[in-house]
Amino acid sequence: MSTQTQVDIWPDARGRFGEFGGRFVAETLMPLILELESAWDEARNDPDFTAQMDAYMRDYVGRPSALYHAERLSEEFGGAKIWLKRDELNHTGSHKINNCLGQVLLAKRMGKTRIIAETGAGQHGVATATLAARFGLPCVVFMGATDIERQQPNVFRMKLLGAEVVPVTSGTGTLKDAMNEALRDWVTHVEDTFYVIGTVAGPHPYPHMVRTFQSVIGREARAQILEREGRLPDACVACIGGGSNAMGLFHAFVPDKNVRLIGVEAAGKGIETGQHAASLKGGAPGVLHGNRTYLLQDDDGQIIDAHSISAGLDYPGIGPEHAYLHDSGRAEYVSATDKEALEMFQLCTKLEGIIPALEPAHALARVADLARELGPKGLIIMNMCGRGDKDVFAVAGHLGVKI
Amino acid sequence: MSTQPIGAARLAARFAGRKAQNQAAFIAYIMGGDPDVKTAQKLLDGLPAAGADVIELGLPFTDPMADGPAIQAAALRALKAGVRTKAVLAMAAKFRKKDVTTPLIVMGYYNPIHHMGCGAFTDACVEAGVDGAIIVDLPPEEDAALRAAFDEAGLALIRLATPTTDDQRLPTVVAGTSGFVYYVSVAGITGALVPEADPVARAVARIRTASGLPVAVGFGVRTPEKAAQIARVADGVVVGSAIVDAMAQKGVEEALALTQCLSGAVHNARSESTS
Repeated sequence: MSTQTQVDIWPDARGRFGEFGGRFVAETLMPLILELESAWDEARNDPDFTAQMDAYMRDYVGRPSALYHAERLSEEFGGAKIWLKRDELNHTGSHKINNCLGQVLLAKRMGKTRIIAETGAGQHGVATATLAARFGLPCVVFMGATDIERQQPNVFRMKLLGAEVVPVTSGTGTLKDAMNEALRDWVTHVEDTFYVIGTVAGPHPYPHMVRTFQSVIGREARAQILEREGRLPDACVACIGGGSNAMGLFHAFVPDKNVRLIGVEAAGKGIETGQHAASLKGGAPGVLHGNRTYLLQDDDGQIIDAHSISAGLDYPGIGPEHAYLHDSGRAEYVSATDKEALEMFQLCTKLEGIIPALEPAHALARVADLARELGPKGLIIMNMCGRGDKDVFAVAGHLGVKI
Repeated sequence: MSTQPIGAARLAARFAGRKAQNQAAFIAYIMGGDPDVKTAQKLLDGLPAAGADVIELGLPFTDPMADGPAIQAAALRALKAGVRTKAVLAMAAKFRKKDVTTPLIVMGYYNPIHHMGCGAFTDACVEAGVDGAIIVDLPPEEDAALRAAFDEAGLALIRLATPTTDDQRLPTVVAGTSGFVYYVSVAGITGALVPEADPVARAVARIRTASGLPVAVGFGVRTPEKAAQIARVADGVVVGSAIVDAMAQKGVEEALALTQCLSGAVHNARSESTS
């Protein structure tokens, strides 16, 4: 986690990635954000903190995660060789734990005694509740009432782990509303509480901190592909809600100009229908949840509710660094619909014996096109950022199966 | 055109006027367009007669992160009725045609302003007779663009100081601010916790010294008794959620009756305390 590259120039001292990012929070939170920033600066430069992270990453999370050649998917798509970065094999079943581990260790270091988090699909909530259990900290997870309905297994998991799950009914009861409620809680419990944000968004230093904790994905993948193939991939592909798994994969490859970085947003029922979660394709720059980034909004700057079959992608914004990589042209952003994700969910399960979460199933839909575009000599790394066990009930519902 | 001062100067005149009578100013918050423009206009227009010295008009936003349930619900009601930023500014303009002495400021979140553009928003405020703004999620570190436009137009960009604003941070908060400083009396959301008078008194004194401006206190003041307590130690008392609740549950007349009662308590607080 201490590896520095030239891309580490962003964010700047004001927490900006180009014109994006920043610290747009209520004054009550400003001193807390500044305190967090200085604690984070101290921790990341402390070899003891790094050593502690590395040990838990190895023994508790189960890193490094494998890089797996998906032969049958490669064959099915009829083109490039597809490698899956198996972050779904991590403890708790997704990449989310990489970040939660870092933030909870930082919370301990800062002497905070209470953990709060927002969650959409429940993966971040489960990972946070897991670390809170491991380190003996009380944990409150804010989750939209709509999401609680569609992610029951994860809700039960969090409760087993000792977390209090607070249903959020304001707004549409999804991820953005959960984040509002977490911010309201934080502003009310300023002394003892650490807010573990689950994605590369929020006020500075969160986007930087979360990227740093997640960047282990890309560092491992880069070394693994060089070892296995003797060269860098032609493209790295990942799904994007807030964008933490994508940023985690991309970060180590940003200086490798010949590696295409491709983020796949959720197109929901189709971008043309307006019912989607594609902030870059269907949004405009604005300010929400502490940072300036692309947002789904109307012509008055009111936030429009996102729609996706995947609760983890159902967010009307995107991390500010993605906004920057988009505008600078370094990364490409495409999208996949609910329907495509459902198809890929089933295809990957049948061909590879890997049940993907609905989130990376979106990425797989564009990997299929890209594989054909690149041809047999091409190399693709896709981040399999979560496993689909949590989605089995919801998918059965969508397929009209009663279980 | 009137010869009345506008913008930050209108605010300063009002606070000075109350101070000359050894009184605190009473500041009433209502949500623009809640539950619809017509009803909200009636409430807005009635506030001066009910004793409001300064009016805060809320700009509805879908994601009011610093607000409690009362103001969240008010914003959603307004949005549901189709009210947007421009409609609220139009309410202000209508008000200003009848009343040129009562300072009126808008309070909201940054995204609708960012979307309109800081220059265009400032022009719209000037045109509507709005004297200033409180933008909850725009700390000093991020407000350069809006501050520059407001300064040029003579409008007040009112900053928030909070219980977490320590001595090290206070100079940053008060630098470049005008009109008054809004002291958020409790660490929390609007309308949730009730402030204690003693720590508020200490904070107000500290902020007044650092800023040289009047200090108004809000968040959690709901009753005439609490308003009077705060009025003894602050230059202004803000009540929002309680008026918004009265409006939602009982309508314009009751909301104005509550305003009358609160403003009376604030204006009489110091004479009562010395008797």
